[in-house]
Amino acid sequence: MSTPIKLELGGAASGSLRRMQNRMFLCLTGAAALTLLVPLFGILGYLVTRGIGAINLDFFISLPKPVGETGGGVANAIVGSLMVIVMAGAAAIPCGVLASVYICEFAPGSRFSSIIRFVCDMLNSTPSIILGIFAYGMVVLRMGHFSALAGAFALFVMMTPVVVRATEEILRTVPNSIREASVGLGGTRWQTVWHVVLPAARSGIVTGVFLALARVGGETAPLLFTAFGNQFWNLDPRQPINTLPVQIYKFATSPYADWHRQAWAAALLLVIMIAVISSTVRALTARR
Amino acid sequence: MEKKPGSPVRLFSTYARSSTRRVRLMDGIAGKGTMAAGLLIVALLVLLLNEMFRLSLPAICHFGIGFFTSSDWDPQGERFGVLPFLYGTLVSSAIALVIAIPFGIGTALFLTELAPQRLRGAVAFVVDMLAAIPSVVYGLWGVFVLAPLMQSHVGPFLEKTLGFLPLFRGPFYGGVSMLTAGLILAVMVVPFIVAIAREVLLTVPVDLKAASYALGATQWETIWKVVLPYSRVGIGGGVVLALGRALGETMAVTMVIGNQPRINASILQPGYSMAAVLANEFNEASSKLYLSVLVEVGLTLFLVTFLINIAARVLLWRMRSVHPH
Amino acid sequence: MTDQSKISAQDLSIFYGANRAVKNVSMEIRENRVTALIGPSGCGKSTFLRALNRMNDIIPSVRAEGRVFLDGQDIYAPRVDVIDVRRRVGMVFQKSNPFPKSIFENVAYGLRINGVRSRKVIEQQVEKSLRGAALWDEVKDRLQTSALAMSGGQQQRLCIARALAIEPEVLLMDEPASALDPIATQKIEELIHDLKRDYTIVIVTHNMQQAARVSDFTGFFLMGELIEVDETGTIFTKPTRKQTEDYITGRFG
Repeated sequence: MSTPIKLELGGAASGSLRRMQNRMFLCLTGAAALTLLVPLFGILGYLVTRGIGAINLDFFISLPKPVGETGGGVANAIVGSLMVIVMAGAAAIPCGVLASVYICEFAPGSRFSSIIRFVCDMLNSTPSIILGIFAYGMVVLRMGHFSALAGAFALFVMMTPVVVRATEEILRTVPNSIREASVGLGGTRWQTVWHVVLPAARSGIVTGVFLALARVGGETAPLLFTAFGNQFWNLDPRQPINTLPVQIYKFATSPYADWHRQAWAAALLLVIMIAVISSTVRALTARR
Repeated sequence: MEKKPGSPVRLFSTYARSSTRRVRLMDGIAGKGTMAAGLLIVALLVLLLNEMFRLSLPAICHFGIGFFTSSDWDPQGERFGVLPFLYGTLVSSAIALVIAIPFGIGTALFLTELAPQRLRGAVAFVVDMLAAIPSVVYGLWGVFVLAPLMQSHVGPFLEKTLGFLPLFRGPFYGGVSMLTAGLILAVMVVPFIVAIAREVLLTVPVDLKAASYALGATQWETIWKVVLPYSRVGIGGGVVLALGRALGETMAVTMVIGNQPRINASILQPGYSMAAVLANEFNEASSKLYLSVLVEVGLTLFLVTFLINIAARVLLWRMRSVHPH
Repeated sequence: MTDQSKISAQDLSIFYGANRAVKNVSMEIRENRVTALIGPSGCGKSTFLRALNRMNDIIPSVRAEGRVFLDGQDIYAPRVDVIDVRRRVGMVFQKSNPFPKSIFENVAYGLRINGVRSRKVIEQQVEKSLRGAALWDEVKDRLQTSALAMSGGQQQRLCIARALAIEPEVLLMDEPASALDPIATQKIEELIHDLKRDYTIVIVTHNMQQAARVSDFTGFFLMGELIEVDETGTIFTKPTRKQTEDYITGRFG
């Protein structure tokens, strides 16, 4: 007769070892998450402490001073940034929303729709400086000089796919039942889109659009050799125009202490603008 | 059913315009219009490729393959070897991934599996904020905060402890180096890894985890032996996507990598990246050939990121086809 | 009213990709009568119903073969205006699906998209339709509030009012009460009884008692085939086919 085999499942020692191992690794994941606070607060802290001192009324209403003089401001860069972003958005929002309406409402599941979606993904992950070269070739070389338009074109190419994918995601959340209701009443596809689907998706689309605006608003690389920028006033879209991110870059890479101070101030302003846009939009849509 | 006295019986039929044709026409226009918007987007990518090829054609014809194998960069002498840029781009991105992967996956695990509900919102907010900070602001911080720190503390410490490896040899140049660039890049791509890893981890079926717990596994054992193997392919896709980002990242890298077109074994020394040389020299390109060379650098960068992103998408797509839900 | 045919389906088959969900069904729908379609789930009765106003057209993989005559005109004929078909044949869905708009705008929607501009006409028609759906007294003081704030039963009657507003000749109802409580269900059933005077009604239901209560004619579907159709009383008391008897006596299903 054989003796019954006794299974040794997790003796006391192995149990406590496993518990310790468990706790250790769980703590490590928490530590990884906590570590992310270091760069975030490092950056935000420096932005505030170094930037706040240089922010005054002059900073908002004056032009950058020539080398050697202290003071001055970034008024032209603020206005220039807004101009370029508005121009880019004015083209990218309708184009992006219409394209995603095509993908989701007019030709869902079609081959061309998947091609558009693929192209959007590829444009989305193209380095932004490449879009600068593209705009340089398309606009700057053809016009013969740098211009706000060229910068806006680069940002338009960058923003459109973001709008497409964001809108698409929202359109997918619109329940099919209300599309059916509209079609059942004799509505055409466009009437269904215009009177039912888009109104139902409106707040989501607005959120996506503003997040896309905030994202391109901080872009520097596509503007370096398109909008270019200088220390002068300009409101003509056919001329070079100064923008906040490019101005920060120029200030930061200069050898002057006063410009460094202004770089921090301009960066603080940029981050506040972006944070305000994204958090307001998030708060507004979260309430609904 | 009660009919309201006096109201006409067939109101609609009387007042409805025979608008079918107009409505149909509008529907047709809208269909064409939305399709045109889609077509425009596709055209943009085609135009982009066309424009890059057109502008870089002189350089491609002039240098051929030697372009990529020479490390001699001397624009004045019209000698254009781009190997240092390829090297700098790859090394700084590799450093970034080595640092970002553990932090990214750790944070994603914390967010999906462990963090109490209230903490999740806060951690997600931190990640969102990191993603929202513009590149140029990272660069600014890198130049004035991180680089001095590297120069005074991190660099000397690494050289003292690990200096026997060629990887960690001085001298330092004001703290700007491949390692500095890699560190900044790491912070910038962590949000990408977290976002995708989190999405992938959320697809792990609850039953699977429950089965593991029911067998007496600890939380960590469940993560290590069930959750991570299940989501391996998807997280891999996320990492590759992050690599694509790191390779093309421009401003922050330009500001801290040192911009020296040399190949150094030590990551504590300056280097140069493809995106950085474009940012620095595009406006200064004095000759047609120089400009054409720079566009070819851009084209190379574009094609590399393009292929990497396709690879990432194949991985993510494979994950979805293996685990459809 | 006469018992003349309003809709006549002839040899109608409907395919989901390669799968035939409805198989060679021929059936007459009589004017100003309620016709109920019953059968176990997946038997094709809803698919058949949706074919009567070409709602299946909006699902890309669905294809129909055969003919459906509405007042003698084939709605699947090449040059037929599908929008016109859907105006004449209204539909109420299983799950109430009001638009995220006000009560008023929900009912006015069909009028607006069909080109009615006059505010006065729209107001009159909205009131008439809401009365027609026995909802007017409950909502007349809050026409501008969101339709999503109504109860489930009210929402479903709103969807009926919305369908009535464009004065269809036929009303298709796809299990209109399946998601409602008994009291709301009873209201819908009373409403169907009232609407019969002005409309031809086809109702899909999985509830045999409901079919017996509201309908004049009943068709029994099984595995995509129409097994039997007759006056409701006949179907429920002395069906001619064995499968029908099995189903209504609960021997399977």
